[in-house]
Amino acid sequence: MQVQSMHFKPRAATALGNETLQSNLKKFNSTGFTALRAKAVAEFGPELFEKLRGEGAVIRDRALSNLDAWIERFESEAGRRGATVLFAETRDEACELLLEVCRRHGVKKAIKSKSMLSEEAGVNEALDAAGVTPVETDLGEYILQLAGEPPSHIIAPALHKNMSEVADLFESRHRTPRKTDIPLMTREARNVLRGHFLSADLGLSGGNFLIAESGSGVIVTNEGNGRMVTTLPRVHVCLTGIEKVIPTLEDFSTLLRLLTRSATGQPISNYVSLFTGPRGALDRDGPENMYFILVDAGRTGLVGGAMQEMLRCIRCGACINHCPVYRAVGGHSYGWVYPGPMGSVLTPSYLGLENALDLPQAATLCGACSVACPVKIPLPELLRGLREQQVDRGLRPGKEMLAIRMWSWMAQHPRLYALASAAGARFLRLLGGRDGLIGWLPFGEEWTRGRFFPAPRSWRTFRALYAARRKQRQSPRGA
Amino acid sequence: MRVGLFVTCLVDLMRPSIGFAALKLLEDAGCEVVFPATQTCCGQPGWNSGDRRSARELAEKLFAEFEDCLYVVVPSGSCAGMIRVHFPEVFAGEPGMLARAERLSARTYELTEFLTKVAHRPKVSASFDAAVTYHDSCSGLRELGVKAAPRQLLAKVSGLKLVEMEECETCCGFGGTFSIKYGEISAEMADRKCAHIAASGAQAVVLGDLGCMLNIEGRLRRRGDTKTRVLHVAEVLAGED
Repeated sequence: MQVQSMHFKPRAATALGNETLQSNLKKFNSTGFTALRAKAVAEFGPELFEKLRGEGAVIRDRALSNLDAWIERFESEAGRRGATVLFAETRDEACELLLEVCRRHGVKKAIKSKSMLSEEAGVNEALDAAGVTPVETDLGEYILQLAGEPPSHIIAPALHKNMSEVADLFESRHRTPRKTDIPLMTREARNVLRGHFLSADLGLSGGNFLIAESGSGVIVTNEGNGRMVTTLPRVHVCLTGIEKVIPTLEDFSTLLRLLTRSATGQPISNYVSLFTGPRGALDRDGPENMYFILVDAGRTGLVGGAMQEMLRCIRCGACINHCPVYRAVGGHSYGWVYPGPMGSVLTPSYLGLENALDLPQAATLCGACSVACPVKIPLPELLRGLREQQVDRGLRPGKEMLAIRMWSWMAQHPRLYALASAAGARFLRLLGGRDGLIGWLPFGEEWTRGRFFPAPRSWRTFRALYAARRKQRQSPRGA
Repeated sequence: MRVGLFVTCLVDLMRPSIGFAALKLLEDAGCEVVFPATQTCCGQPGWNSGDRRSARELAEKLFAEFEDCLYVVVPSGSCAGMIRVHFPEVFAGEPGMLARAERLSARTYELTEFLTKVAHRPKVSASFDAAVTYHDSCSGLRELGVKAAPRQLLAKVSGLKLVEMEECETCCGFGGTFSIKYGEISAEMADRKCAHIAASGAQAVVLGDLGCMLNIEGRLRRRGDTKTRVLHVAEVLAGED
């Protein structure tokens, strides 16, 4: 996927001005996943859910603190059950390994269920270029493949589109009469996809978890397409990140309870598929060949560092859903695969700090993400950490650093500070005029473009008024 | 008990009345209140901008100013959060300084939290004849857990009717320097907050942080709303509005 994360600000401005997108986002915000999650947590019991979040974090930390050992265990267990485990260090290498599998098995068509790693690696473009037709079968991803757009959310990839836009798309791409009834539109997509399911040579899935003790991959889905992708074609490839490994099935049961409730507010998703090895002698279905392509692509760089906690992420999207910035600007503003708070940590971590300068800054550090995170990733702390790395590497504008240092220097010299703030109060009060509202603020145009800046209410600062009051009390007149 | 009042730089400069309201509330609750005159900034702008050095310097200054107080009380959730939650992070890995940070952290309270949890006999004799809605500022709510305290205190104000707005816990878009780095997004977030305030039917929005106050008031007025008042919870409780 093309990286546009350096252009967050102009992309966000475009998004704010796009009325259709804004109305689609508003609908998502009011009827979307946050309300469903809140309901699910209330039903589960908030205290119990808090406890579960703690357990989830511990499970993920246990896996990450011995990542190499758990991956080796996974590799040997999966291998023992007949699957082949391949490792890719980079996104390009992931594509190469996949193409090699395609060549080995004479693959002409690959059907896909949702895999964010395939977005990271640009799998569709690589398959296309090698003469293999990729077909997205997740409805949202299918819509986006028709539209030639990247996803704007990791769980609901096409949430930036409304029904009418999809109706136009289906009409022109399916060459069928325009339909505006959602069940009918879904059936139309199903009919198109059915043929692909039956004719594909390879199924490419993502993987929500890799279970070390059994060598199983897991996908958690709602549409059922994932199950067809992983069972119908003769070859199944599970493409996912190395950090997805967890030790045991017991751990999986804990994380599953967290994942679906945090993502969509469901106690459990419609489908939970565990795949353990290819079709056995007694199995009636399943792929003849099963591969796991486990991709690093920057992940080991986070192990043992300040951003390690980010690797706990189980891709539920709760931080995205609860982020007021995402809710205002949508997913495409972030310019890469992962939007919202998780993306603002992952994008600079995987692609380089200098390639996503805005992302760690474009957050109010409100904390709505971290309190919703099922594995307690301290996202605001991580964003703050990335800001610190930007400062240390000299990636912030000189003007900004000068302002901060000047402020800090002034604040360390109380007498000077008192003089400056007294002058500041008068100046701002004057600027505010009779109604006390400043319409244009020097160095603060970004503020005043969308808001007034309320002027100080008093000509004097608290410290000056307090000192005056003390003086008056100590020498009462007429005593 | 000796309580150090840290008024915050924004109250000092923008709304001294809030500082006096906090002072009155603390004195009415029987505290001996001191105002260390050299106090300035808690270091939050530097810390949130990734400049650990300036956060460190200002934290050390604050230690010296408030170490002899039994409690530090702050009429702001985000500055109290800086001292309580982030000072120990600023000095992570430096045992001596970390211990100082932790001692100060344990004694630092947001104003309404202090009045309900520590002062025990908060005296609220104010009256305020209007429907108000409360905006939960992010740091106070999510870093310190300030949720019930301001509401308990407001319930004692005679004539005051609290009506909750939708999404009272959603960020108003201030975010410190975020508001001037990403003004357009910030203003859009403030606008959504203003729409919720308007929909609540309240005549005033009450909150506990200056940043949110300036942001929400600025956007309300730009929207053409000249009526809805924006008040700090201390002003309402002290009856000094």
